[in-house]
Amino acid sequence: MNFSDLTTILPLITLVGWAIILILVDLFIPAQRKGIMAMLSAIGIMISLVIAICQFGGQTTAFSGMVVFDGFSVFLQILFLISGLAAIALAYDYIKRQGIERSEYYILLMFSLSGMTLMAMADDLIIIFLALELLSIPLYVLAGFANPRLDSEEAALKYFLLGSFSDAFVVFGTALVFGAARTTTIPGIIAAITVGAANLILLMVGAALILIGLGFKVSIVPFHMWTPDVYQGAPSSVTAFMAVGAKTAGFAALLRVFMAAFNTLAVDLVPVLWALAALTMILGNITAIVQGNIKRLLAYSSIAHTGYISMVLVTINQSRITQHAVGAALFYLVAYAVTSFGAWAVVITLEHSEGKGLNVEDYAGLGRKYPALAAAMTVFMLSFTGVPPTLGFLGKFYIFRAVLEGGYVGLAIIGVLTSLVSAYYYLRVVVVMYMREGEPLVRKEFWLSSTIFMTAIATVIVSIFSTPLFTWASKGIMFIPK
Amino acid sequence: MTLNYALFFILAAIAIASALGMLLSKNAVYSALFLILNFNVVAIFYVLLNAPFIALTQITVYAGAIMVLFLFVIMLLGAEQTGRISSARWVKPAAYSLGIILISEILYIIFAQTGVIPDAASIAAEFGSPVTVGKALFSRYLLPFEATSVLLIASMIGAIVLTKRKS
Amino acid sequence: MAFWDYLPIAILFVISAGLAAIAVGLGHLFGPRKPTPKKLEPYESGMNPFGPGTRRMPVRFYLVAVLFILFDIEVVFFLPWAVVLKDLGITGLVEMIVFVSILVVGFIYAWKKGALEWE
Repeated sequence: MNFSDLTTILPLITLVGWAIILILVDLFIPAQRKGIMAMLSAIGIMISLVIAICQFGGQTTAFSGMVVFDGFSVFLQILFLISGLAAIALAYDYIKRQGIERSEYYILLMFSLSGMTLMAMADDLIIIFLALELLSIPLYVLAGFANPRLDSEEAALKYFLLGSFSDAFVVFGTALVFGAARTTTIPGIIAAITVGAANLILLMVGAALILIGLGFKVSIVPFHMWTPDVYQGAPSSVTAFMAVGAKTAGFAALLRVFMAAFNTLAVDLVPVLWALAALTMILGNITAIVQGNIKRLLAYSSIAHTGYISMVLVTINQSRITQHAVGAALFYLVAYAVTSFGAWAVVITLEHSEGKGLNVEDYAGLGRKYPALAAAMTVFMLSFTGVPPTLGFLGKFYIFRAVLEGGYVGLAIIGVLTSLVSAYYYLRVVVVMYMREGEPLVRKEFWLSSTIFMTAIATVIVSIFSTPLFTWASKGIMFIPK
Repeated sequence: MTLNYALFFILAAIAIASALGMLLSKNAVYSALFLILNFNVVAIFYVLLNAPFIALTQITVYAGAIMVLFLFVIMLLGAEQTGRISSARWVKPAAYSLGIILISEILYIIFAQTGVIPDAASIAAEFGSPVTVGKALFSRYLLPFEATSVLLIASMIGAIVLTKRKS
Repeated sequence: MAFWDYLPIAILFVISAGLAAIAVGLGHLFGPRKPTPKKLEPYESGMNPFGPGTRRMPVRFYLVAVLFILFDIEVVFFLPWAVVLKDLGITGLVEMIVFVSILVVGFIYAWKKGALEWE
């Protein structure tokens, strides 16, 4: 270890160090002024964000190949850190009015964020596992943060049990991969496969187990069962963070591991990945149609989006389009993050205590009473559907392009058809907002309104200037040491 | 080597018997005690595999701390006597058939494929000693080591948040 | 395998198991056994037992157990560190100080939040 190792992971060190200092600071803040903690955590995340942006450019590994610093990791780190800021903005007033404000909320959020940041850089299966645990354990607790409310406790327990179970799959898979390749670093696995020293059967079983474990995290069908209950039961601000952060981190690991290390197993893996992506798109979108609760609707919609992103995994063995595929996935994750935070902010604005105001019917009359809010929600729904000019449209466009370049026309057709299906339930929200009479109860809270405003603007504006973002995402291609 | 094999098969029998005992006991405390036996036997396996450090960890963490937690959980839930778990009718046959499929897959891999299990002879005898582990842990695996402490503090805060009422 | 290295430990196990077996066995062999319902009741420090033994316990026990595990895991890392500390030198010391100080913060937090008190 030397000094450059430390500077490479400086955003992570800042985040962890800041969180640990905040634990001590918290002991001196009186109970009624815990709002300060939100500001302090946001400052820490911003410092980390500035460092991450300054670090842009260059490729290197650190800590004897445990972590890698490349465009991919910087891109994801910036995405995670901005998500963290958005998560704090969503939580600030919400947890106050729900009566669950405690400073640990922000501390746990920062720890979870450090796990995600670590995941962005992970170049070793052990680090991937540790990052997965570090981002999950605080999320289990945050999901149950509204205890003794029963649905929150149920969400925490379900998420914890199934989450730990899936982490066990990742560990087991890692152990088998280690048995097959005698190493856990991704470059090492690649080298072992290239020289033919790896045991391919063990490697295959290990890869399958890792796929199952990470599939749980990003809720690929049939490992999605926990998603609706957890998304519904957890406090909405936590759900928003979970839906974006945990999913993005899971995909970071999936892309890094499967695109780089396991692409030689493509003959066996691609049919499985194909089927998983198709199933996820179909089941997510069709089940979303019958949901009356907006949180469940967004949960199934998030499953559907997992399906779209996981389509790029079928191209794992086509190195000439890897760049496009990874770029498309990262771009889609950005589009999903921006749109999700906006949509969840609207949900939080309309949510009352005791889970009232969460049905799609409760949005009736929004268009007349609060035109700006309704317009923003319409933008998010259109972006989720994939209608231009929104980020969601471009995300889908890049994904479908990569899949077609890979020659998987059937999968692309399934994607387009399920997108059409999704229009039904997304536009239903819009129809209810504008066509029905109602008296929606809306709160004016500064940070929520600004989040909605900024995400809505970003959804439209960034989509117009999307090419630089996509180019940047494609340059984020993984650095694989020879 | 024959001594090793003899030891292994005796211990394997104990390990399987204690695992079955854990599964089949009606009383959850008995299950926990069987599990301790199982953990200890597995610890001896680690010694046989030249991994004394893992063996020690197995006993201090699993047979020690984790079992305390298990017993506390059994006490917390007042679940010494587990009733029959009611589940849908198809669950049991489905579970049995999936289990049989898994076992036959494993047997197929073991007997029909060659070279599945990597050759263990090339691993140095010192591979699992505390010295080797220590050297690896504090140089090559430094980052995972420090990340563990962050993981521990995060879980500590989580446990306190969930169990302590607001003061 | 260095089987003979572990022989003393094996002998220790055999002797301790043997002693326990002798102690229990002798009692079984020679002790008179006249069970009465009163004698078969659980022993609660001489008081008459009340209530069922299987009632639910407060969650505080769980918190104590979790904290115990976390610090137990911390201790496990000390062993490999201690045996190679001489080779690691000052770097090793700093590495462990970082590790321990993070957990000391956790300890201070647990203490201040009253997690170590029994209310």
